[in-house]
This record gives sequence, C-alpha cells and structure tokens, in this order.
Amino acid sequence: MKKKLIPYSIIFIFLIIFVVFYESLKDTNIYTPEVKINNDIPIFSAELLLLNENSTSTEIFKSDQFYLLNIWASWCAPCRDEHPILMSLSKNNKLTIIGMNYKDNNKNAKSFLDELGNPYEKIIVDKNGTNSIEWGAFGVPETFIIYNNKIIKKYIGPLNQEFFLEIQNLIK
Amino acid sequence: MKKFKTFIIIFLLLFFNNLYANENNERNEITKNLRCLICQGQSVYDSDSDFANSMKILVDKKLNEGLSEKEIYIYFKEKYGDWILYDPGLNKNTYLLWLLPILIFLLGGAIIAKSFILKK
Repeated sequence: MKKKLIPYSIIFIFLIIFVVFYESLKDTNIYTPEVKINNDIPIFSAELLLLNENSTSTEIFKSDQFYLLNIWASWCAPCRDEHPILMSLSKNNKLTIIGMNYKDNNKNAKSFLDELGNPYEKIIVDKNGTNSIEWGAFGVPETFIIYNNKIIKKYIGPLNQEFFLEIQNLIK
Repeated sequence: MKKFKTFIIIFLLLFFNNLYANENNERNEITKNLRCLICQGQSVYDSDSDFANSMKILVDKKLNEGLSEKEIYIYFKEKYGDWILYDPGLNKNTYLLWLLPILIFLLGGAIIAKSFILKK
C-alpha cells in the first residue's frame, strides 16, 4: 500500500501542475488594467489651453451634469482616430466635453484642433503628465465619464462606435 | 608650480568626491516599490517611460506636500488598485499569496518530522 502511494501522489502532483499550466496558457500575459470606477474626481488647479488662464476642478466640474474628460495629445495617432466620435458627442447638449492635453506643446495642440475641430468646452493643460496620473490614467487616449463629481465610467484607448452608443445610452 | 598644480588637483578630487546624488533617496525607495503599469516587469524607478516619469514627478510632489511613504502607497492604491504595489498588503484577495508559503513550510516540516524524528 505504501509503495503504491508514492507513484500515485507523484502522478497526482503532475496532474495538478499540468492543469494549472494548461489553464494559464489561455490567459493573456499582458496586464489589462483594473478599471477603478466610482472614485471621486481629484482636486486640482491647472492652466487652460486657448484661454491662458488657470482653473480649478470645482470650477470645471459641476454636480448634476454629465461630463466627459478626454485625455489627448497632438502626437497621439489613436487620438486622431477617435476625434470624429468626440465631435459627434459634442453635439449632445446633455454632455460637456473637457479635454486634457497630455505632454504636448501648445502650438501643435492648437493646429490639431484647427485641423480636426474642437469638441472641448475647456482644455486642461497637463505638461508633465502628473495631472492625468491623479485621475488614475495610464496614457493617451483615455476617456472618463463623470457625474456628480464621481467617475462613473472609464475607457482606456480610443473611443469607437460601440463606446459612442454606450455613452449615448448612459447619459439619456 | 608643478607641485602647486598637483596639490590643486588632489585638493579638488578630495573635495568633490563627497558630492554624490543621494538627495532622492526617499523617492527612489518609494518608486522601487511602485510598478510601472505600462511596462512589463519594471518598477517605476527602473523605467524611463512617460508614465513612469510622471509618476516620479508626482511622488516628489507628494513628498513635498508632506505625505509619508505609506500615505503615498495608499494614494496610488486608490487610483490604480493593488497591482501598482510590489509589496501588496494582506487582504481578502492576497491572503493565499501570503499564507501559502507558510503553509507549505509547515507541511514540509511536518513531513520531515514524521519521517525522520518519529522513526527513531
């Protein structure tokens, strides 16, 4: 009995290892960020693009209203792709679109908007990228939906038609 | 003159050799324990990506605001979740991670004790 126990337990251990490794093969090894929602928006004060003035989070975000914060940069190619979607979202008067210009130079940012249109009501300048970290962002482009000073939805990467419809439904 | 020059050189070498960059010690300690979320297998300290560089600036800013190391970890954990820390705390998601090594150690110890000590 004791002699049989050892080979059986070895087989059993190998089986467990096999199952664990086989299951892990299916998992992608690229980390998909945890989307933390229902967080309060950060309190900040920042320069505004095009207006040459400073503003604070309480001045920009009012409660009882839907806001979309979009982090973008003129050097970011996916931002160019999602721009038409932001333009169509800006036609919806229930939603205010705020931009955050990430590590960009003002001249390039302005010509980007001249070329593709400006969907943003206000644009926060984030020269060193710290402001976007305070929002819990990973890079550009990234989009947050804000209601009552809380982040209710977050999209990492460019917006597409599917997200467009989702946002439209969300703010109905 | 030659002696004077040598003296100056030696003096300068001795004088400046205690100038080394340790001003960012605390920041380095903290950024070593923060994971660069957009890089693979690198800490914020090791990485030179846009994300990591902004994180470094923000850690400096938080230190200047007077936050302690622990408070900075809590701050980033609230924004990005446990994954950002290399040394996650004990909670319901990580208890297996913390307890498994201890369990394996105890089990191994028990097996050794059983087969060696009890046989005697």
